[in-house]
Amino acid sequence: MKPAPFRMYAPHTVAQAVATLAALEAEGQHAKVLAGGQSLVPVLAMRLAEPGHLVDINGVAGLDAIDVSSAGVRVGALVRHAELLRHAEANRVQPLLSQALNLVAHATIRNRGTTVGSLAHADPSGEMTAVLVLTGGSVTAVSVRGEREIPAAEFFVGPLESSLAADELALSAFFPAAPAGAGTAFVEMARRHGDYALSGVGAVVIPGPSRDEGAPTISVSCGFLSVSETPLVLDLSDAWAAGEDSVMAVVRAAIDPQDDIHASADYRRHITGILAVRAIREALARVREEQAA
Amino acid sequence: MGQRYFGEPIRRTEDIRLTTGQGHYLDDIGAGQPVLEAAFLRSPHANARIRSIDIADALDVEGVRAIYLYEDLAGPVAEPLPVLIPHPALTAPRTPYALAKDRVHHVGQAVAMVVAENRYLAEDAAERIVVDYEVLPAVASLDMARAAERHAHDDVPDNISAHLLQTVGDLDAGFAKATHTLEFDLHVERSASTPLEGKGVYAKWDADDSSLRVYSSTQASTSVRAAIAAKLEIPLLKVEVIAPDVGGGFGVKIAHPWPEEIMVPFAAIRLGQPVKWAEDRREHFISASHERGQDHHVRVGFDDNGVVTALDVLFYHDNGAFTPYGIINPIITSTQLLGPYKPGAYRVDFYSMYTNTVQVTPYRGAGRPQGVFVMERTMDKIAQALGRDRAEVRAANFIQPDEFPYDQGLIFQDGRPLIYDSGNYPHQLTMLKDMIGWDSMGERRADAASRGKLLGVGMACYVEGTGVGPYEGAHVHIQTDGTVDVATGLTSQGQGHQTMLAQITADELGVPFEKIRVVTGDTRRFGYAVGTFASRTAVMSGSAVALAARAAKAKALRVAANALECNENDLEIVDGVVQMKGAPDTKIDLGTVAVLSNPLRYAFDKAAQAATQFQGVDDFDKPPVAEDDEPGLEGKDYYSPPRSTFASGMHAAVVEIDPETFDIHIDKYYVVHDCGRLVNPMIVAGQVHGGVAQGIGGALYEKMEYDEDGQLQNASFMDFLMPYVTEIPQKELGQLELGHQETPSPLNPIGVKGAGEAGVIPVSALIASAIEDAVGFPVDSMPISPNDLYRLHERFAAGELPHVERYAASPSAATRARRGAATRTKKSADTSS
Amino acid sequence: MTTSVTPGTAVPGETRRVVELTVNGVHRSAEVDVRRTLADFLRHDLALTGTHVGCEHGVCGACTVLLDGLPVRSCLLFAATVSGHSITTIEGLGQLQPDGTTKVSPVQQAFRDCHALQCGFCTPGMLTTITAGLAENPHPTAQQAVDMISGNLCRCTGYQNIVEAVLRAAELMENPDAPLPDEGFTADEHAKGDA
Repeated sequence: MKPAPFRMYAPHTVAQAVATLAALEAEGQHAKVLAGGQSLVPVLAMRLAEPGHLVDINGVAGLDAIDVSSAGVRVGALVRHAELLRHAEANRVQPLLSQALNLVAHATIRNRGTTVGSLAHADPSGEMTAVLVLTGGSVTAVSVRGEREIPAAEFFVGPLESSLAADELALSAFFPAAPAGAGTAFVEMARRHGDYALSGVGAVVIPGPSRDEGAPTISVSCGFLSVSETPLVLDLSDAWAAGEDSVMAVVRAAIDPQDDIHASADYRRHITGILAVRAIREALARVREEQAA
Repeated sequence: MGQRYFGEPIRRTEDIRLTTGQGHYLDDIGAGQPVLEAAFLRSPHANARIRSIDIADALDVEGVRAIYLYEDLAGPVAEPLPVLIPHPALTAPRTPYALAKDRVHHVGQAVAMVVAENRYLAEDAAERIVVDYEVLPAVASLDMARAAERHAHDDVPDNISAHLLQTVGDLDAGFAKATHTLEFDLHVERSASTPLEGKGVYAKWDADDSSLRVYSSTQASTSVRAAIAAKLEIPLLKVEVIAPDVGGGFGVKIAHPWPEEIMVPFAAIRLGQPVKWAEDRREHFISASHERGQDHHVRVGFDDNGVVTALDVLFYHDNGAFTPYGIINPIITSTQLLGPYKPGAYRVDFYSMYTNTVQVTPYRGAGRPQGVFVMERTMDKIAQALGRDRAEVRAANFIQPDEFPYDQGLIFQDGRPLIYDSGNYPHQLTMLKDMIGWDSMGERRADAASRGKLLGVGMACYVEGTGVGPYEGAHVHIQTDGTVDVATGLTSQGQGHQTMLAQITADELGVPFEKIRVVTGDTRRFGYAVGTFASRTAVMSGSAVALAARAAKAKALRVAANALECNENDLEIVDGVVQMKGAPDTKIDLGTVAVLSNPLRYAFDKAAQAATQFQGVDDFDKPPVAEDDEPGLEGKDYYSPPRSTFASGMHAAVVEIDPETFDIHIDKYYVVHDCGRLVNPMIVAGQVHGGVAQGIGGALYEKMEYDEDGQLQNASFMDFLMPYVTEIPQKELGQLELGHQETPSPLNPIGVKGAGEAGVIPVSALIASAIEDAVGFPVDSMPISPNDLYRLHERFAAGELPHVERYAASPSAATRARRGAATRTKKSADTSS
Repeated sequence: MTTSVTPGTAVPGETRRVVELTVNGVHRSAEVDVRRTLADFLRHDLALTGTHVGCEHGVCGACTVLLDGLPVRSCLLFAATVSGHSITTIEGLGQLQPDGTTKVSPVQQAFRDCHALQCGFCTPGMLTTITAGLAENPHPTAQQAVDMISGNLCRCTGYQNIVEAVLRAAELMENPDAPLPDEGFTADEHAKGDA
């Protein structure tokens, strides 16, 4: 299990990186960007992919910043999952980050794997793809043609397929802040701790203007992983108002899970309904904790 | 003789190397030196004819030194690999060629060998070899094998390699006597040993000496040596095989010779340079042995007390594409199925079937987990049918302590009668029930229910034939500096043999543990051996080492008595000094005794002067080396037992099921284990720990997933789910507890039975029992995932599966009294928090 | 963060590169193929074979080394990518003494004390992971000890004694003379039903 031969490029600036990608694209060469490599290198080792060119951006200056503002968290292309997970301010502004990051593989993988890299990998079973879509975030891409910001909903176009052009580099990702008073939660079920989830659900609940004890208006949305070709977000406010059974029914009708050796589509559909209810309950519990505090 | 080391948790000598990165595993050999590396092109098809192979493009890869195909082989090396264990019932044995001749029988079979300057280049070249295959329909499962519409081998039209029937007692009379009968099917799926280190071979040809040195990550170096010598037509004494540090075996490395064990030396000889092949993970999945897959049909008759009057088992064993290891696995299943029980009559009938999948040879437990699964599920079903407690039904069928030796009337895997040597099953059950609180689970069930969980408890019992023959030997050599070299031929894969065998030697000789060096699995040091399998090292090599040490000691006392001018019966050895009993000032160092044991002409050092020819001679009529004696202070002996020893154990677990997601969580795990006397309780406990974890892997996580074309779908650690720590109940979290009972074996000089495989054997059986207990419908196939459990629940909800009622014993007066006296000794399970 | 894209030049590709690393405190360099993994570089180019390769796809953890102090999978890194950084392997865990000898670290000692290894193949990855884990959290609970090793596979021990060794190492870091743990069976009954 050794990678096939490739040429490696080691730019020091973003300008060099995108120029290199552009040059390779112009020559019709198949190139991949190497950041953390935690998804890419196994694929190379198994020779499931044999790109002739790797553009290693680990030496590019200025890509390792986490910028936190009241609007949200911007994560540079070389920020490792573990760095974002440890960033208290980022997680205060958007708690879904750490709630999901804790479930991304194992700690050692998170020490090297990058959050932006896993978004660019566009794996529908990736936790951070679900978080980006659920929070309505975006990815900033850059190429010799300039920068563009791609909303999450347009970024993921298929399993392992993003809307990044072949010569584009994912420069950063932006996760908007959680709305004021919101509660969030991320739950998933995996065969083993740290494995890709059979199904996972992130939830954001926002208490409405009425704080009336009897019937608060609540906005509920959930993001799902491993149960659709691209990350899916559902507004479940009405379903939640109608009860947990209704949430399960709506969720199960909306998702499109597939069979694989670890679980059938039926089972994934079944547990996703349950996980959605559990995620919402947990997010609500956080709201109550906040309110109590 | 004092026993200072035997029975003590002596810390391992191996660990000094292994915790500092100083081990020498196969792929470490030749590191930093120019060693050629091999890669094998393997079949992508499960069943295919090879029309042609084109290597022209591959030869163009820079750094490639050779590419070998079947057509490059001639003589014995071109013949199929050996059938290691022939059996009269194995009527259609099939083994592969070292490189596929014109046909491949499973995905992963070696087709071509590339040797290059490094592994990267070898893989580059292998990728460029073009093979034209005519793909044939594959036999990808036992069901397909039985249907026999497709053929794994063209000349075996029924796909049956072997059929064996054994009967004890009068089955018809047994069923006539029964007041109840049950009939059902049970299934166990495939798993594999999956050591963290794959296989590997390094070979170096010495052209000056016409000799070959081979390192192999094997469990049987002496037999690999014999196979290489025969296949490559080299005199045996010109071949050395050494098992270096081995990163786990668990059975897969007892199969041999692997194609690579022949081809790597073959290439090294031809190329005149060292050649190495280190198996990668994908290769290990698709070309190293699997195990476990069996389908059973059971018919059982029993009386109103649950006593089995007749047991009739028919099963099909998936032997994969080849049968190099004969039918050892199904023989073990069929015999060890009986466990601690004595059915009135027993008939077992098995068919060993070919499929176009990786060959099946022993994996830790070697057929026992399946047999125990069948017997223990049978006991549960009897209890269910009678409305009785599961433990009571088991107890009603136990062989009693006064019935040993107990003859089960069958022929075991060593070709010898299945006679249990010793044991105490009722007491073991009592210990287990006390540990788990078997008769008082009510509160725990209620507590789980209050948390929205379903709680279930299960137990399973097993008896394990260990320490099978035919023999092992040992050599003990006391050196002139007082240190002791011990060698035995069988191999080590992490079981702490260096430590355990040194403990035995130290006590037998009366020498400090620190002065002993042990070597295993090196044919330069000990040429006769069988191998490491069937939990046999402590029994076989442990006994051989004890006997060899006794021989060395006898000689030491004789030589010392001569030097001290006393009677050898008046001498003892304490801390490496031979001394007069009761008069320890009359003494001589063991090292000096070693000097004196070897009459010298030349004093190569100062100590040696004492043994030279002008140092005084007591009797000029005697030759310096007496008749029937030999120079040096050594002992060598062999241990060859009449039959196996029989270890036993009982496990129980408490599981919690999430009734919504069907997630399965093992909350508590208990073990009672009996392997006779313990040489090192720390090492034995470690063996049990590891076995239990592998058992849990096999019960809940690990399964080889073949599709209908015979492609293995999960040939990676990403998809073959070996448990992490998070999946195994942990003692430090108060989730696992071990108990030990000791019934020494009367068969060997040190009273031990084997322990290596024990932990894994009953796990699937008791986890199935516990899950069934929690959910209330039958669990008849293992492993089981949350998805499987969900599917069973759907069928149960649809009325397709019966309800399984739970019956608990009413605690009798005897039980209550016993619980009061229960012993819990040594230490609490929770030492940490 | 804003990045303005100024025109840049493409950098040339390489198939080989000189890799310079500080390994266990010693500067090492070698020219290697850019596809050489860090694991292969350490093992075959530097002959530091204490780091083991168990799966080559990042799941088993046997190849775990410390990259600038943090555990990473050396099978998922190209040596060329980490040139200039500092690596610690199992061979570098020992503590150099004033007299020039090397003393095993508390984690290494704890593994010996607790029988936390059998075949020893996963051990290098466990030791490096735990070394970093205890540096971050010197007083783990049993559950934190479990979490610390949760990304490393072991096929021999059932992890029982590895978890114990994590706690033991923490104890040795506080008190190097802490008594050896009792090892063996919880409930022990002898000579019942002798044959």
